[in-house]
Amino acid sequence: MDRNKFLYGLTGIFDSPDEITHAADEAVKEGFTKFDVNTPYPLHGMNKAMNLPPSKLGYVALIFGLSGTLGALLSLWWVSAVDYPIIVGGKPFFSFPAYIPVMFEVTVLSASIATVLAMLFFFFKLPNNSHPLNSTVYMKKVSADKYGIVIPANDPKFEETTVRIFLEKVHAKEITSQFWDEEEIYHKHKIFEPKFITFLIVAALITSATTYFSLNKLMFMVPFNWMMEQSKQNPQQLSKVFADGFGMRNPVDGTIARGFLPYEFKNRPELAGEKLVNPIPISKESLHLGQTKYDIYCIPCHGFNGDGNSRLRGQFPSPPSLHSEKNRTWTDGRIFAVITDGQNVMPSYSTQLNNDERWAVINYIRVLQRALNAKETDLK
Amino acid sequence: MSTVDYTKELTVIEGKPALRELDDLISKPLDTKPDKKFYIALAITLSMTGLFVIGLGLTFYYGIGTWGNNVPVGWAFDIVNFVFWVGIGHAGTLISAILFLFRQKWRTGIARFAEGMTIFALMTAGLFPLIHVGRPWLAGYLTPYPNQHSVWVNFTSPLLWDVFAVSTYLTVSLIFWYVGLIPDLATLRERTSHKIKKVIYSVFSLGWRFSNRHWQHYEMVYLILAGFATPLVLSVHTIVSFDFAVSVLPGWHTTIFPPYFVAGAVFSGFAMVQNVLIIVRKIFNYEHIITVDTLEKMNKIMLLTGSMVGYAYAMEFFIAWYSGVEAERFTFFNRALGPYAWSYWIMVTCNVVSPQLFWFKKIRRTIPVMFVIAIFVNIGMWFERFVIIVTSLSRDFLPSSWAYYKPTLVDAMILIGSFGFFFTWILLFTKALPVVSMAEVKAVVDGAQPSHTHGHGTVEKVP
Repeated sequence: MDRNKFLYGLTGIFDSPDEITHAADEAVKEGFTKFDVNTPYPLHGMNKAMNLPPSKLGYVALIFGLSGTLGALLSLWWVSAVDYPIIVGGKPFFSFPAYIPVMFEVTVLSASIATVLAMLFFFFKLPNNSHPLNSTVYMKKVSADKYGIVIPANDPKFEETTVRIFLEKVHAKEITSQFWDEEEIYHKHKIFEPKFITFLIVAALITSATTYFSLNKLMFMVPFNWMMEQSKQNPQQLSKVFADGFGMRNPVDGTIARGFLPYEFKNRPELAGEKLVNPIPISKESLHLGQTKYDIYCIPCHGFNGDGNSRLRGQFPSPPSLHSEKNRTWTDGRIFAVITDGQNVMPSYSTQLNNDERWAVINYIRVLQRALNAKETDLK
Repeated sequence: MSTVDYTKELTVIEGKPALRELDDLISKPLDTKPDKKFYIALAITLSMTGLFVIGLGLTFYYGIGTWGNNVPVGWAFDIVNFVFWVGIGHAGTLISAILFLFRQKWRTGIARFAEGMTIFALMTAGLFPLIHVGRPWLAGYLTPYPNQHSVWVNFTSPLLWDVFAVSTYLTVSLIFWYVGLIPDLATLRERTSHKIKKVIYSVFSLGWRFSNRHWQHYEMVYLILAGFATPLVLSVHTIVSFDFAVSVLPGWHTTIFPPYFVAGAVFSGFAMVQNVLIIVRKIFNYEHIITVDTLEKMNKIMLLTGSMVGYAYAMEFFIAWYSGVEAERFTFFNRALGPYAWSYWIMVTCNVVSPQLFWFKKIRRTIPVMFVIAIFVNIGMWFERFVIIVTSLSRDFLPSSWAYYKPTLVDAMILIGSFGFFFTWILLFTKALPVVSMAEVKAVVDGAQPSHTHGHGTVEKVP
């Protein structure tokens, strides 16, 4: 074994805090710069004795804490004032005082996590269980009740004999050479080791299986329930309550649906003409509705102008003109009866046009009639 | 004439134990098989946890209709327990962070344990808002994340601040606790000859090697964490109190709530730490580490915070009268003389009267008496939250909507069960990790620090 290649450094043990502080002082005076002191707990004054610069971790806390504050403020503003602006309690979208608690918590959280992670993984380069000092007799002692100094081989001033003399001079006990573990140094972590691959596959399988199970199966088991599934009767479902097994019930006899009052003058058009009164006054809206409906349902036979000149002319018995004397003198109710019941070859339009629409169409027909038989007064 | 020499620092650890003896003593519960008493205790707490599981199972299966909550009293045991357990947690951070900043060395013996209690209390507390929402498996909606519904949480609501405060508090407490544990885990790693234990300790100690180049940063981080945890612990119960104070309900809508809640939290937390530590120091023979002096100091803090809480009760009444608001006046008359007067007077007896006994030095130093008083304080603080929440809700502005709240069996099971859950964790903790910080205790033993620094007078801990 190449002794020098694997030499990590020399260690010495002390019994009291005073001795170790003295030794650290002396080590600085000797010019060692990479030596270290291992003690079971932090010793007062050791930073000074070892001539250590102040810790810079405070800056990490400052930077990450401030980023946390700003990040929180920005995201709260973006969420509440830009992306999802909802008025709450009449307050402005950007309500700074209400953001303070969350900003504070985020500041503390980010600063704490960042500082600890920076210390452990960036400053200390932990985890480092394979360090040559770990699991040695030296470490066993300094972790419990002794105080140890280590002068590593990579110190510029390191030379085994002089270091040994120095340690003897400061009255160190159990001066020992510590070595790197050869296997540890040459150990290569193989990514494609079968064990590792198996581990990856098993981990992937377990993760995906549990995710699938919990999201797609577990969440739909009792007692997990969703609002779309409620214990109520839907119309198309089987019912256990009613004898006929139907979930949907028939309305009570004599029930009249809204807007579907029965037509009392069926096949009695003359009576309808006498009794029915147009409830829809002539207005721009009703004429517009009437025109729309007329142009959809009436023009195929009666034509755009109501003169019977339509594209079905000649193929069917021609419909009478709406401008005839008879039609002009019919009451609105009489026309209503024709639209509702039909007449000769004209079928009933009661399913296409509701009551109000029929009256609106009648109003429009009156406009057409007036257009062909205008009075003197209309010229004004 | 007093003969105390104030120029010398008081000893925190009694006697002058060898450092290795301390290690042996503290890690003894970890190295030995648990005895019969431990199993009996665990059987009790696990049975209580069983009740918890049954109560929660019933709640999940049938819904929160199994609770006694009714229409005006929509918040009852669920929120009472939440506030109670969050409050219990506060003592841990107070001991580990605030007393650290004040350089109170007596904290070293109890800090680790109190921090552990903080974490377990928060774990217990965190369950309650989740079960309170009725469908706890949808609680993920409480976190703000970009989602397919294009909906964000309401950042102006105290209930959401609560989510942030409690989760931050739990995370930071865990970090603080773990950072404190690293050196102890390394000590255990070097001590043990058990193969599996060695692997576990190695993994969690991260290969810590007691280097003074590390200790320097470590102390810095400890200071920073303590500095952050101090305002954090104050903020958490402040925000919990906002859940009530920001509403307009008489009895809740009070500006005194934040300091009053924080004082109450510290009060109940110390009582709980006191109770558990008295048992722990007896069972594990830690009488020299957790000394009667330490317990006495905790009693003084309980006396202080108990008096603050008593002052707050009085001030609430004064303001109710002084404000001239009729609804407010009624609420406080109702508290003291209404249908829930029994709970109010339990609260006053336990919280205001009982800690006043700590004015007597003899009582402060008699362990059985302080144990009983601490139990009273815990009961009183639970009833304080009950009084605030239930009496205010049960009779608000509109007399036609008043109703009397009665808890159901499921409520009782969940309450008892939460104690079982908490103490199960405590018991497992005493057997799994060092309940006293070895590194910190060793550092405050007489003669553990270099003698020449004593001449400087001040402690040169942080550069």
